[in-house]
Amino acid sequence: MAGSRSRDLDKLLLRPGHLVGPAFEPGTQLRDDLEEYVRILVVGAGGLGCELLKDLALSGFRNLEVIDMDTIEVSNLNRQFLFRLEDVGEPKAQVAAKRVMERVSGVNIVPHFCRIEDKELHFYSQFSIIVLGLDSIEARSYINSVACGFLEYDSNDEPLEETVKPMVDGGTEGFKGHARVILPGMTPCFECTIWLFPPQVKFPLCTLAETPRTAAHCIEYAHLIKWDEVHSGKSFDPDNPEHMQWVYSEASKRAQLFGIPGVTYTLTQGVVKNIIPAIASTNAIISAACALETLKIASGCSKTLSNYLTYNGVEGLHTKVTEFVKDKDCLVCGPGVFMELETSVTLKMFIDQLEEHPQLLMSGASVRFGGKNLYMAAPPLLEEMTRSNLGLPLFELMDKSPTGIVHVTGTAGKGDKRQSCLRKLRVAFKAVGITDTDMAGGA
Amino acid sequence: MIRLFKVKEKQKEEAGNAKGRGPLKKQSAGELRLHKDISELNLPKSCTIAFPNGKDDLMTFEVSVKPDEGYYMGGKFVFTFNVSSVYPHDAPKVKCKTKVYHPNIDLEGNVCLNILREDWKPVLNINTIVYGLYHLFTEPNHEDPLNLEAAAVLRDNPHTFRSNVKTAMGGGRVGDTYFSRCI
Repeated sequence: MAGSRSRDLDKLLLRPGHLVGPAFEPGTQLRDDLEEYVRILVVGAGGLGCELLKDLALSGFRNLEVIDMDTIEVSNLNRQFLFRLEDVGEPKAQVAAKRVMERVSGVNIVPHFCRIEDKELHFYSQFSIIVLGLDSIEARSYINSVACGFLEYDSNDEPLEETVKPMVDGGTEGFKGHARVILPGMTPCFECTIWLFPPQVKFPLCTLAETPRTAAHCIEYAHLIKWDEVHSGKSFDPDNPEHMQWVYSEASKRAQLFGIPGVTYTLTQGVVKNIIPAIASTNAIISAACALETLKIASGCSKTLSNYLTYNGVEGLHTKVTEFVKDKDCLVCGPGVFMELETSVTLKMFIDQLEEHPQLLMSGASVRFGGKNLYMAAPPLLEEMTRSNLGLPLFELMDKSPTGIVHVTGTAGKGDKRQSCLRKLRVAFKAVGITDTDMAGGA
Repeated sequence: MIRLFKVKEKQKEEAGNAKGRGPLKKQSAGELRLHKDISELNLPKSCTIAFPNGKDDLMTFEVSVKPDEGYYMGGKFVFTFNVSSVYPHDAPKVKCKTKVYHPNIDLEGNVCLNILREDWKPVLNINTIVYGLYHLFTEPNHEDPLNLEAAAVLRDNPHTFRSNVKTAMGGGRVGDTYFSRCI
């Protein structure tokens, strides 16, 4: 039935080998299961997203979804090959999905034209693997916290395999790119390695204001200083061509005043939006690596890359794979310290317990749960506002859920080794669901 | 992994998502680090902090600085802080809400403080920024000017600078600009 269409895929899925992953079971059942049971989400339908959708569809996946909040612009057309001139202005996710479905029969792609934050957490939980083709740290950090949020640990602080939501993250910038495999709880997550990102170049405001020397200084002056002077109140929108044009013309005037060459509209866009020109081949290479890792994770046909691949095509071609280790104290993917409590324990009692807990030894703790500050030891204003929670049962303050993640910050250690620290706790309440509802309001 | 996916699908069909309680509102690592910084705040007496969005939203807050020495003694200056979800990778955005006659703060509220931009490091925190802001008032610096005229006056004629600052803080006109009272 599948015939020669899956000839290449069959070489990976139908034969045993020496490099296969653990629990690999070659056979046509595997190929059919890939089509039927595996659901992949592609985040982003731009340079990487277009390539990813094509690669994944051609790799035998049949249930894909893609999410992107942008519409197509002319400058995308040199590499986002699923789009044509007549598509400019249309949502990227929708056009990309349509084009791939036209070319690869049998694949089903559901587009989502919205922000990643607009989706319920349940939306993300239904996918087997999430593949990222994003262009910002914020977006990656968000998806990372969503995926790692599904992770649960057993009583030995080992991740529960069925709660691990694999992510494959790709990124490109000019001639350089990376592809990485993130298995929450097993490999480092995005936050574990956020120190890998260099800080963004920021010019001193006074240089912009008084002593510009480069075209970028003139542009940032217009963008950050002059804009507010003239349009006070109205916020600058980098996607509004009129705003960008205004910044460009002000930057040009300033450059002329100081005798600085090089201000162009393209450079203006680049500096304001922090854009580095994109190259189709880099996107193709990185997406291919990501699609291959996705296939490996889903099918087990090979051990996955472990765990961070970098690519540099500036001169010749260089790739390297580094095995980073996860941060066991990572606030996002780490197990945290496990604590089992009675439902009668008040917030104050809980805070006191932290002082004696052998893994914590934390005094003066502030407690945060689910986006709310349960108790703040400082500053005095917040301490006053949260003091009334101290007498309430923690179980109630945690919305009466049997388990939950709590973050505490305070001073830890003994003697002159005391230092401030921030810890993640896995809290579970004993015997929930029996008759403790009477005690919940009591002492 | 594929056996897991199949098992999960079957479980989902049978159980219809029995667990019910889904994961809670997403909390960014930035919020957590900010929570730590705020709970360790050790501000000088001259600086106070307020949270206009209530005790749970720490990402937006205001710091009032009341210098107790120097040219700006007696004045009250309010700064707004906006912290991003990728803090401390990015520095907080700080602007001065009070219109002030100052060589390093312009009339739009932009603040020229090195640690807010080019010298920001993730190891710094809210406390260091507040101290930096306080320092701007006790030791205004004519060498990194955002307000050229104020810087020139400070450099060339400190007495005039002192009286200009007093006029501005009391609510008055300095040059072409009118300042509201902030003392």
